[in-house]
Formats: sequence, C-alpha cells, structure tokens
Amino acid sequence: MIKHTKSKSFYDTFERKGPGQKVTHYCPGCGHGTIHKLIAQALDELDVQDRTIVCSPVGCSVFAYYYFDTGNIQCSHGRAPAVATAMRRVHDDAIIICYQGDGDLAGIGTTEIIHAANRGENLTVFFVNNAIYGMTGGQMAPTTLFGQKTMTTPTGRTMAQDGAPIGVAEIINAIKSPVYVERTSLGTPGKIQKTRKAIKQALQNQVEKKGFSLVEILAPCPINWKMEPLQARKWLQEHLEPVFPVKQFRDNSDELIQAQFSTKLPWKSDEEVLDYFGVNKEQKQVKQEKEIEEQLVKFSGFGGQGVMLGGVLMANCATEEGLNATWLPSYGPEMRGGTANASIIISQDSIGSPVVDFPNVLIAMNGPSLDAFEEKVHAGGTILVNSSIVSQKISRSDVTAVYIPVSDLASEVGMIAGANIIMLATYLLVSKIMDINTLRKVLPESIKKKQFVDINMKMIDKAEEYFKEHLS
Amino acid sequence: MNRVAINFDECKGCRLCVEACPKNCLHIGNRINKIGYQHAEFDSEQCTACGICFYMCPELGAITVIKEDKKAVHHE
Ligand SMILES: Cc1ncc(C[n+]2csc(CCOP(=O)(O)OP(=O)(O)O)c2C)c(N)n1
Ligand code: SF4
Ligand code: SF4
Ligand code: SF4
Repeated sequence: MIKHTKSKSFYDTFERKGPGQKVTHYCPGCGHGTIHKLIAQALDELDVQDRTIVCSPVGCSVFAYYYFDTGNIQCSHGRAPAVATAMRRVHDDAIIICYQGDGDLAGIGTTEIIHAANRGENLTVFFVNNAIYGMTGGQMAPTTLFGQKTMTTPTGRTMAQDGAPIGVAEIINAIKSPVYVERTSLGTPGKIQKTRKAIKQALQNQVEKKGFSLVEILAPCPINWKMEPLQARKWLQEHLEPVFPVKQFRDNSDELIQAQFSTKLPWKSDEEVLDYFGVNKEQKQVKQEKEIEEQLVKFSGFGGQGVMLGGVLMANCATEEGLNATWLPSYGPEMRGGTANASIIISQDSIGSPVVDFPNVLIAMNGPSLDAFEEKVHAGGTILVNSSIVSQKISRSDVTAVYIPVSDLASEVGMIAGANIIMLATYLLVSKIMDINTLRKVLPESIKKKQFVDINMKMIDKAEEYFKEHLS
Repeated sequence: MNRVAINFDECKGCRLCVEACPKNCLHIGNRINKIGYQHAEFDSEQCTACGICFYMCPELGAITVIKEDKKAVHHE
C-alpha cells in the first residue's frame, strides 16, 4: 500500500518548466520544495485542488505555477495579498493561497500584507522566511540576522546600519483581525510535522471562511547561506529559531467567527454592474455592414496636449457606431510636460487585451512620440504627425505619412489646446473607419467643461476644411 | 516488507533523507543520475514506513513510501 507519494495536486510532469521535466528548479536541500509538498498534501486532504488559486511571489518560488496543478497567478513583488483580495471579492469559494518569501512579504510587500491581515481577509498566507534574498543571489533581507553575512552585509548585519531582523508573525499577531498566526520550522522531521499541521489548519480556516491565517515557516537557503544542506538545517535551528521563536501565536479557529459582511462585491449579475455604473444596457449589434481593419492606435504626445481625451473620443465614436473599442491610458512619471499616450483598439471582433505594443495607426503630437513609436508601427500602417511641432519627416517608406499642422490650425480657431480634436477629426477623415458626424454627436456628451463644446465643434469644421483642401 | 521507492533521476543527492531515517535505510550511492547528482538508494529490511524521508525530501516526486499490506500477504 502506498503510504506517501507525490501529491495529486502537483502536475505529473512539469511541462511549464520544460518538456518531460520532473524535478523542481530549487537547489538541493532548499526549503521551498518541502513546503510545496505540505501545501499540496493539505489541498489533497481538504479536497479543494479544483478551487484553489496559488498566488506565487517574486523570488525563488516565482515558478510555483510549474508545479501546482491548481489555478495560478504570478504576482508582482510583494503584492500577492492585494491580488488575492481582488480575487476574494469575485470568487467567494476559491481557496486562495499567498506564497511569499521574506524579501517579498517583509520587504517590498509590507503594505499589502498588513492591510490584508487587518481587513481579516479570508486568505491563507505562507510566509517562507529564509533570512535572505534567494533568487537575486543572497542580499540582506529584512529578516537577516545580526552578524549574518550576505552580499550586501559583507561584514554582517548590524543594528546601526540595517536595523533589526523583523518578526513577521509578531507583527501580524499585533493586529486584531487575523484568526490564526503560527511560526514553524523545517529544522527537524518533528518540526516538519508541526509545519504540516499548521499549513493544513491555515487552509482549513479558509475553507470554513474563518478569515486570515498566516504561517511563517523558517526555511533553509543552503546556497546563499553557503552551506551544505545538512549544515543549513542545523544552522536554522541554532541561529534562526532563537531569534524567531517557533510557536503558535494565535489560534481562534475553534471560535465561531460570524462573517460581519460578505467579502464578495454586492453585485450579482452583469446587469446589476451595468446598472450601478449607469451604463446603457442595450446590447448593440456589432456593426458588420463593411469589413474594417482592426485599428491599433497609439495616440501620443506630451501631457496637456489632450491625447487622453482624444483617445476617449475616438473610442466613444467607435462604440457609438456599434464597434467594439478599448482605451488604455499610459502616463509618464510627471503629470504635465511629461510624455503621455493612450492605446485605443477598435474592432468588429471582441478585444482581448487593450495593450497596443505595435500600432497600425500612430498619432504623434510631438517629436518624442515619433521617436518612441515610429519603428513599432506595422508595415502598411499610418502615421499622423503634428507638423506644427514635429519638424522631422518619417524615415520609413513602408507606412503612409500624413502631416497636419494641427497646433497652428487650432490656434487659428482660437485655442491651441484644440489640436487634439483637429487631429482626431483628421484621423476619422483619412481612415474612413468612422463618420466625422459621429464625432460631432459624441463630443458634447464627452467633454466635461461644457463651455468648451462650441470651440471644439469648430475644430472639427477646421479639420474638414483642411482635409478637403490638402489631403483629399 | 515496507520499502521506499526512489525515482533516481529526481534526486538531488542532498542527503537529508539519509540523515533523517531513524533506521538507516538509505544511503547515497556511487551512480550519477541524469541531472548530475549521486542519488539516494534504499536498501534495508528495517523500514517502518514512517514517512520521515518523504517529508524531509525537498523534491516533489523523488520518494514513495510503500507499506507492506499485511492482509494481502496473509491471503496469499
Ligand atoms: C519590483 C521588483 N524589485 C526587485 C526585484 C528583484 N528581486 C527579485 S527576487 C527578490 C527577493 C526575493 O527574496 P525572497 O522574497 O526572500 O525570496 P527567496 O528568493 O529567498 O525565496 C528581489 C529583490 C524584482 N524582481 N521586482
Ligand atoms: S537560492 Fe536558496 S531559496 Fe532559492 S532555490 Fe536555492 S536554496 Fe532555495
Ligand atoms: S519510511 Fe522511515 S524508516 Fe523507511 S526509509 Fe523512510 S525514514 Fe527510513
Ligand atoms: S532527500 Fe530527496 S533529494 Fe535529498 S537525497 Fe534524499 S531523495 Fe535525494
């Protein structure tokens, strides 16, 4: 009879790691593998594999999704509890695991973990404390011990330089909301059994919707500790455990915890969501009379040139005409004067991702925009250039170039800030994907400051005039 | 008899199982496996199927512990 074997919550072969792979990417004697095994076993025993989502961190365990045959999501550094919270809001019954290292949770991710714990999110966090940054080659972590030599503390961590090793279980235990907080160790077979029980309890709590559980697990990183695997286990017991006491800090899992509120958002159907946001629910039939080429547009300029509004209006024109559209803003670090661009996709098909890396329409309101995106435009695409500001010509011969002095034209109408509208109108006229009168229809609804509606309408007229004279 | 099956090519030769086994059932052999490690081997009649080696091992599928099915033996 097989008593212990590979858990069914793991993939049989780790195809994501490489064809036919059966071994982990972890170093010999690393703690992560053992912890994975304990988690997988608990998932088997609780029979929740099919509704589990593992949030993997940045760190050596970034590739946890190679191994767990569950839902997986790889989170930005330290953000797993925030990602998990979002999932909690839409998936009442998912079993959501945050798997995090000490650099991840106790360094860059302190905000997320503290507030998820304080909200008492119904989540399970496994915090793997190996007192070092493993993945990046052994820099000091917030949990590195005094005197411990790392790449960034070559003579050992000191209080004066680096502060004290941080006790995560203690911090979480100082917060009222969590239901379960325990610190365990992988030092000996007996302690591994305690870890196994703690992991299962922390998951069980979530299954029973009891709230937030965290298990801190002291684990070895033989490679960066520069030790043999056996020596590392010994060092873990002799040095880590005295600083990070292995104990149960809190276990309220026996208490009946009344859910004070449903963590799920109060909407039940798409209908209600649309209602809430006051969206017109009439499902428009996507316009199919004529085939259009999907438009992947980059509307780019400096902050203050109105590229965002230009993009919104473009997308609104598209939906008004029964096309599908997305609009995605991207700002530089500074609000004014920096670069800004909007990605707009217009399509007769459903749009998967709103990201436009390679546009087939580039609208360059200034020189840096042309520099940044010219090379990325698809062959056969169109580049519209604000020739009032951009003196250089397009160097590519496999795209259509349209030069329009939109800033000058806007000044002639009486407001240089209207250049974006002239540019948008010109795009509509050149591409013929949408009708210019659609813009006349959506513009008044889309502009917040109503006193600017009239002058912007004049911008459309101006664009039409210029188009007839110079571009048609 | 209880026994431990080791997937030799999944072993990284870390010795954790060897040191942890209370019955000294495991050792590192001389053969080098596909991923370049001298792997663990099982050779003993003392195994109690306690599972200590299984939990100690960081590899997900390297060790399987098989407990003798007493009843099955009886019926034979
Ligand atoms: C935003 C960001 N900052 C920094 C890094 C570099 N980085 C990668 S892993 C890591 C630390 C990982 O350490 P830990 O969480 O202890 O995990 P371990 O590798 O030890 O398991 C850092 C700083 C990054 N990938 N992203
Ligand atoms: S570097 Fe350390 S934490 Fe990362 S896999 Fe190797 S032993 Fe494990
Ligand atoms: S199951 Fe127990 S007795 Fe058997 S080899 Fe493993 S550790 Fe030794
Ligand atoms: S613990 Fe696992 S990886 Fe290490 S020697 Fe034993 S079987 Fe091999």
